Amino acid sequence: MHRRKTDIVTVTGLAALAIGAAAVTRLMNETRNRPPDSAPGRTARQSRFGAYIVAGRTVTIDAPRDRIHAMWREPEQLARFMQDLRAVERGPGDRMTWVIATPGGDARIETRLVEDRHGEALAWRSVEGSDFDIEAKVQLRDAPAGRGTEVEAHVAWRPHWGMAGQWAAKLRRADPRTRGRHELKRLKMLLETGEIATNANQRNT
Amino acid sequence: MRALTWHGRHDVRVENAPDPEIVNPRDAIIEVTSTAICGSDLHLYDGVIPGVAKGDILGHEFMGRVVETGPKSTLQKGQRVVVPFTISCGSCFFCKASLYSACDNSNPVEKQDASEMLYGHAMSGLFGYSHLTGGYPGGQAEYVRVPFSDVGPIVVPDGVPDEQVLFLSDILPTGWMAAENCDIEPGDTVAVWGCGPVGLFAVQSALLMGAGKVIAIDHYPHRLDLARKLGAEVIDFKQTHVLEALMEMSGGLGPDAVIDAVGMESHGFAPDNLLDSAKQRFGMGADSAHALRMALMAVRKGGRVSVPGVYGGMADKFPLGALMEKGLQIRTGQTHVQRYTKELMHRIMEGEIDTTFLISHRLPLEEAARGYRNFHDQQNEWTKVVLTP
Ligand SMILES: NC(=O)c1ccc[n+]([C@@H]2O[C@H](COP(=O)([O-])OP(=O)(O)OC[C@H]3O[C@@H](n4cnc5c(N)ncnc54)[C@H](O)[C@@H]3O)[C@@H](O)[C@H]2O)c1
Ligand SMILES: [Zn+2]
Ligand SMILES: [Zn+2]
Repeated sequence: MHRRKTDIVTVTGLAALAIGAAAVTRLMNETRNRPPDSAPGRTARQSRFGAYIVAGRTVTIDAPRDRIHAMWREPEQLARFMQDLRAVERGPGDRMTWVIATPGGDARIETRLVEDRHGEALAWRSVEGSDFDIEAKVQLRDAPAGRGTEVEAHVAWRPHWGMAGQWAAKLRRADPRTRGRHELKRLKMLLETGEIATNANQRNT
Repeated sequence: MRALTWHGRHDVRVENAPDPEIVNPRDAIIEVTSTAICGSDLHLYDGVIPGVAKGDILGHEFMGRVVETGPKSTLQKGQRVVVPFTISCGSCFFCKASLYSACDNSNPVEKQDASEMLYGHAMSGLFGYSHLTGGYPGGQAEYVRVPFSDVGPIVVPDGVPDEQVLFLSDILPTGWMAAENCDIEPGDTVAVWGCGPVGLFAVQSALLMGAGKVIAIDHYPHRLDLARKLGAEVIDFKQTHVLEALMEMSGGLGPDAVIDAVGMESHGFAPDNLLDSAKQRFGMGADSAHALRMALMAVRKGGRVSVPGVYGGMADKFPLGALMEKGLQIRTGQTHVQRYTKELMHRIMEGEIDTTFLISHRLPLEEAARGYRNFHDQQNEWTKVVLTP
């Protein structure tokens, strides 16, 4: 009697497992082999960018494209909305060194400007020897219905210390994804209102 | 300065806090002359709104005198102003569409992450509320830093007493928008759950907008009496079956529009309500949606549902079927205060709207904690508390 019951339990358990496994395989087949859709690649459920993590965000800013472009080309302007940016040093040619405060101390990222189409796109790529292996790109498009400009920024970076490091950074909100999102929103505030919102009641907090 | 601060469930204290300074160019500093306690403050007092931190200064209904202005403020020192509880930039996509409580630029970016996770999008900054809405220090204090002071505050002519215009900061526009969201047609029957300040202003507004009959629902005799004096018929839910009564009082049709001016802390011993409240107590993030459930059941087919009552999270046993099958329309939101201040100021000056009838108690700011306790525990008599610093 007792044994029979166990058998039934085992059999049902195995059957359930089999059904579960079949469902997972079906789901995997369903997500693979699909014709591409219109969404940006970084929003894919399963995406692989090799050793890189890719993140991006689009905001609509009520300002003309060339004005937004200019903000990204001026180190003084960058410092206004990139809060962790300690300094930007211009190097020879199109080289720039960005000094960024990170939880692990200041990081120096030397970049080349790899794309600069006025009012359309800008991209930077870190050079050998930088503290981070990173590429960042900003694209500008007219927003519909006179709403201004759609600003799309994306970053691809090779995480330090693997996935664990990535999670640690995320917890401290110091990962490029969070920073990038915050910076875009600050840029929007600056351009649309002339200031960056803060709940601080004192100037030096 | 002195300010009322939050320290946990049913624990608020008047303490010393540093005086605010001008931080951004469009800021102004207001010296508060009158401030009120709102039903929304009670949700914070009960600890059911997420994202409130120890030491936060509460209060979002306030007015006062301008004492300092940033270089881009359009206010002048000495002016008297009422300040909307919604902080709005005036120039983003949403502000331009008069959706001020959806302003994109007033909620600090670091504060937006949590609300994006919880609601899909971050809403505007609000004074003295949750960190989901910016964690801005509020107006139950001697001084307040008012961002975007060129957009929000409305200047009050000298000679008009504070109490006549104070509620332009929130509950009057809130009651007005609640009624506006009902798209009232002449002769409509409108049912209003809750005879707190918001419900009472909704009753008044619905009648002004041409409703033929307004039915107000609560269980506090004195509050029901205030509604009756405004011209409403009333239902005491402790003595009457609300759904049945509403059908009978609307010719068997059901009200054309319904307003939930109760929100997430519904009273009463209905089974759904008891379960919701228990979950809320244990921090399970559930809103007590009893009044809204009733409203959805009561409203006539194809009717309009307006929800000024505040909800913060999730609700169970929500009658989605009634919403869909009956083809209802639903409109809600934190009030777009700046959209209404001018018009309502005018109506107050013309004597069309009575704003002072609901004030039951006036206390010095120092006694704010007592104000909270009684507005919470003695709702029948304590209908609205005004504090003076
Ligand atoms: N949308 C906005 O911008 C906005 C602005 C202000 C207030 N509010 C919200 O509006 C709601 C009301 O605010 P208030 O200041 O009038 O609060 P309040 O607490 O003074 O009034 C609520 C009233 O609802 C009654 N009530 C409770 N359960 C009920 C039920 N099941 N049926 C009928 N009546 C019931 C209570 O007895 C009380 O009289 C709150 O949720 C508040 O947060 C929203
Ligand atoms: Zn309020
Ligand atoms: Zn705005």
